[in-house]
Amino acid sequence: MPSNFFIPDPEGQVPSAEGYFGAFGGKFIPEALVAAVDEVAVEYDKAKSDPEFARELDDLLVHYTGRPSALTEVPRFAAEAGGARIFLKREDLNHTGSHKINNVLGQALLTKRMGKTRVIAETGAGQHGVATATACALFGLDCTIYMGEIDTRRQALNVARMRMLGAEVIAVKSGSRTLKDAINEAFRDWVANVDRTHYLFGTVAGPHPFPAMVRDFHRVIGVEARRQLLEQAGRLPDAAIACVGGGSNAIGLFHAFIPDADVRLIGCEPAGHGVETGEHAATLTAGEPGILHGSRSYVLQDDEGQITEPYSISAGLDYPGIGPEHAYLKDSGRGEYRAVTDDAAMQALRLLSRTEGIIPAIESAHALAGALEVGRELGRDGLLVVNLSGRGDKDMDTAARYFGLYDTDAEVAADGTGAAEIEGDAK
Amino acid sequence: MSGNVQLLNDTLAAAKSEGRAALIAYLPAGFPTVTGGIEAVKAALDGGADVVEVGLPHSDPVLDGPVIQTADDIALRGGVRIADVMRTVREAHEATGKPILVMTYWNPIDRYGVERFTAELAEAGGAGCILPDLPVQESALWREHADKHGLATVFVVAPSSRDARLAEITAVGSGFVYAASLMGVTGTRASVGAQAEDLVRRTRATTDTPVCVGLGVSNAAQAAEVAGFADGVIVGSAFVKRMLDAPDDAAGLEGVRALAADLAKGVRGQA
Repeated sequence: MPSNFFIPDPEGQVPSAEGYFGAFGGKFIPEALVAAVDEVAVEYDKAKSDPEFARELDDLLVHYTGRPSALTEVPRFAAEAGGARIFLKREDLNHTGSHKINNVLGQALLTKRMGKTRVIAETGAGQHGVATATACALFGLDCTIYMGEIDTRRQALNVARMRMLGAEVIAVKSGSRTLKDAINEAFRDWVANVDRTHYLFGTVAGPHPFPAMVRDFHRVIGVEARRQLLEQAGRLPDAAIACVGGGSNAIGLFHAFIPDADVRLIGCEPAGHGVETGEHAATLTAGEPGILHGSRSYVLQDDEGQITEPYSISAGLDYPGIGPEHAYLKDSGRGEYRAVTDDAAMQALRLLSRTEGIIPAIESAHALAGALEVGRELGRDGLLVVNLSGRGDKDMDTAARYFGLYDTDAEVAADGTGAAEIEGDAK
Repeated sequence: MSGNVQLLNDTLAAAKSEGRAALIAYLPAGFPTVTGGIEAVKAALDGGADVVEVGLPHSDPVLDGPVIQTADDIALRGGVRIADVMRTVREAHEATGKPILVMTYWNPIDRYGVERFTAELAEAGGAGCILPDLPVQESALWREHADKHGLATVFVVAPSSRDARLAEITAVGSGFVYAASLMGVTGTRASVGAQAEDLVRRTRATTDTPVCVGLGVSNAAQAAEVAGFADGVIVGSAFVKRMLDAPDDAAGLEGVRALAADLAKGVRGQA
């Protein structure tokens, strides 16, 4: 029986055998990792055509993760978006609270097939780290998670969750102390411990085969959403919208719609304080082609190839690179990418919370802000699907400080110095 | 103007004819300052190093341990540019007549332009490049320009490299082969990996190009041990650490010179 939930790219044409999506991708890795990365590619190829692998993964995705995830129409939220109909793909309802578990369970099964006993991973917002720690607890694998020191502070709840699950969490103090530096440190660990360790990479970047493999594990998001939209709305959407950091939830939603030429694929990058301020992580909007973390894609860098420090209020999007398939979709014109500021994302976060009773992750709120824009552009006849990639529990401290929700902050705000610059109720 | 690949080949051949291994030092450009870095390279050569690899500091040195990360940070905060790397190569070569290579991650060259980088490096008197994150499969464009400008392309091999892979790499590399003694990032180690000798043996089975061993070597005794089975001994973090730990720049330079002299004895089996 074919799998219902593990649905790799049926075309199999992109990427090339060398891992290229057009001009992007490839495998820029040190010699010490070549054998290990090749092993991942070979094992993944075998697993892809092994019905037993699909059966095991399906079983986990149904009975552990809770797939399929719901598709929820949000009319009260959509009333703010020019009257377009908006549906949310509810990856926030997956076990562990985000889309990340789809990829993690696939790679955890692969880790077992390769006979490796230890898993390392990077994490930004902590969602990938929590999902990885969860899978390692489930499969009895040793687990070490690298997380930028700044992110361990702004996502402290997820640090506690990972430790509760038995993972070792290492706060990375080098560089910008965010996701990029966590990946650097994970690579250093992998080079030294590659014999028994799998690097469970969390996004659709990195050297081939990670961009294609991670995409395949998330492809179920768009396959389900497409089917659910046909059932619930009676037609395909005008646009599929998702936030992009490394790009895993976005490619997961987009991929099944690529052959549907009338469905616009819109990725929302973090504009931070505004692309013009230089304090952002809008890689496709403001970056240039380059090599970061094992593949060629767009990169935020200076004129001599030094990577510049990104910024976003969202730890999960605070990354100066982007998966190579997104670079390919951008250059081919099939994908559209726009930048969403911190403020726009936070407004959308509060709006969805107050109109629909769903608190989204700050990452996903960037997609919601994009949907408000696109909905207004399309007007009353528009139909949008938005990937609600994660839930916002982990972000409550950031949100409470931003909106002045703590009693102490409320007093500070009354002095006119607080962060509560957004007054009044959500409309 | 052609680069100095032949000088590199001759230097390694001369060491061999003396019945010893060559000593290759690594120092990052711009650390602690551009001029201080140039002086450090000269001090290493003055102390007894045969060849120097000048590091191009990078924002994301994923193959380097804490010592070189710290030096790179200092150099980048000081505003080091590729022009300063070229200046370091030029002044060190002009002052000593010895072969100078550049060691760099790939993205700076990719961004700067391969033709521009190789032309400028050759013009500065450089002998070649070590590109630790550019695998042989992605290296055709680089090699075309390096060959055109008379620059060596030094590839890294690792204990995990299988024999067939070693043959693919050594078939297109030049200058020497950089054999990583162990699986890991740069940094000093208490002992050199036991895998190093096996890797050198397996690499030599594929090529006549000299095989030099790096990663983890920090003292004369280790240098002597490696010199027993390799054509060259590469030392990086131990030099940088001397400079980081020194009370002032002058003491740092003296530390570099003294360590080079000590290691030079080691590669001659005099440890």
